[in-house]
Amino acid sequence: MDPKNLRYAKTHEWASLEGNICTLGITKFAVEQLTDVVYIELPEVGDHVFVGDSFGEIESVKAVSDLYSPVNGEVIEINEKLIDDPTKISGDPYGKGWMVKIKVEPGSSLDSLMTLKQYEEQIASEEH
Amino acid sequence: MSYVLNTPDEQRAMLKQIGAGSIGDLFNSIPEALRLKRPLNIPPALTEIDLTRHLQELSSRSRSAEDAVCFLGGGSYDHFIPSVVDAVAGRSEFYTAYTPYQAEASQGSLQAFFEFQTLICQLTGLDVANASLYDGGSAVAEAVLMAITATNRHGRVLIAQTVHPDYRATLNTYLANLEATPVTLPTPHGFLSPEDLKKAVDDNTPCVVVQHPNFLGCLEEMDDLARVTRARGALLIVSFDPISLGLLKQPGQYGADIAIAEGQCLGNPMVFGGPYLGILACRQEFVRKMPGRLVGQTVDRNGKRCWVLTLQTREQHIRREKATSNICTNQGLFALRAAVYLAALGPQGLKETAALCAQKAHYAAEQLTRAGCKLKFNRPFFKEFTVFGPKDPASTLSRLLKAGYHGGLHLGRWYPSLTDCITIAVTEKRTHAEIDGLVAAMKAEST
Repeated sequence: MDPKNLRYAKTHEWASLEGNICTLGITKFAVEQLTDVVYIELPEVGDHVFVGDSFGEIESVKAVSDLYSPVNGEVIEINEKLIDDPTKISGDPYGKGWMVKIKVEPGSSLDSLMTLKQYEEQIASEEH
Repeated sequence: MSYVLNTPDEQRAMLKQIGAGSIGDLFNSIPEALRLKRPLNIPPALTEIDLTRHLQELSSRSRSAEDAVCFLGGGSYDHFIPSVVDAVAGRSEFYTAYTPYQAEASQGSLQAFFEFQTLICQLTGLDVANASLYDGGSAVAEAVLMAITATNRHGRVLIAQTVHPDYRATLNTYLANLEATPVTLPTPHGFLSPEDLKKAVDDNTPCVVVQHPNFLGCLEEMDDLARVTRARGALLIVSFDPISLGLLKQPGQYGADIAIAEGQCLGNPMVFGGPYLGILACRQEFVRKMPGRLVGQTVDRNGKRCWVLTLQTREQHIRREKATSNICTNQGLFALRAAVYLAALGPQGLKETAALCAQKAHYAAEQLTRAGCKLKFNRPFFKEFTVFGPKDPASTLSRLLKAGYHGGLHLGRWYPSLTDCITIAVTEKRTHAEIDGLVAAMKAEST
């Protein structure tokens, strides 16, 4: 995934919409903040996710964070490889580190999420 | 680090170093109006001779298991404590060890807790155990909180009436402000009927809690209860008697998800109610929901085996409001004692201990029945059993005490329908003569 084409949530998830399939992951910034990722808890295929609700958890040596869904929909695929090796998230957060694929309602959009530029502005201001 | 008072010369030198005139000067930042200007209203210090005499006088007011033959149970028992337990636990490195958050300074403690965890897994047949909790009662509450988080169900927590009343009261306190509500299932026949449980469990039930053997001494129908519980996707939580596992099936064998216990019986004294030892073990899938300290084995950068606190992101000082529990301690000294006890006895020793308890308890029950008491429940039992028969158990027990016997527990204290009953516990320490003596004394009471 090219970060330039993704949309971003305030809570550091990225989202990519193709047709009615939305892929979710977390950003490089989030990964750097977490440091060594040791564990991830993902939903099961068939689970329903809702905007703003947690769909899973990511755990590092120093913290545990919820993963928040920016869309409503049904989980159709999860990245099982992450469960065996959560460090794939740190290595390639926009590619091999993808987490879940959600089937969304037709006509759903990611317009309410931030562009890359807007997200970069947010993290710049957070760092101060 | 030696704990020795500072001499007046040392105090003067320290005060001089920081430029203070007196110790009083160190409190100058406290407003004048708030400072106490008189001595504290406490009696003067005693000499060591007088203090020792005073403490001996206080302790002589108690009648311990040394002063009268102990048939008390209900979670705290007069089991044998081999002297090796005191010898190891009494070493100052263990006795006054600090909290193990600096692994490099705590390898002795951490190894001891790791051994304890391993022994508990071997004992219960479950995958993981933590480094201990406060006591059997809070362990029940922690297990329930785990089940609520693990199942994400906030419905009725079903708990058998035969679970220790104090454990149930503790659970009520922990759940008081949560959505999940504790519901006590009646046990009129001294055990939880699997049929009754089947009617009570639903798809919102996070867990079912039973005690086996239970507070009345009776064994529960664990296989059936496990089946009924799991059929609705709820977790089975069992509060077990560690000594009983020398004879009975392990929680891991009959399908418990979480097993908890009061570990006082493993090398720890009765000490008037505490401190005690909470034990918690569970299946692997719940490891990240476990409360408390978890010790893991690893290697240092030189490849040497060593131990650390692990999976610390479960704990509340990191996970905060998402933690299962707010506990961030363990009962280190008592866990060590339990580990020494289990290592000293070994599987064979534990089996023999359990066999002796069972044999002696059944002998006592048989003799009491012959002497006119009746067993209240028609259920198998391990080392405790419930009788009814003596009129007014409360005064019977107080007369038995005068005759030299802690005769048992008056169930009327907790169960309004059992005011005519006493629960009697018989451990491996009770001799033939002691049991016969109790029987004779009880017989004298009923004539």
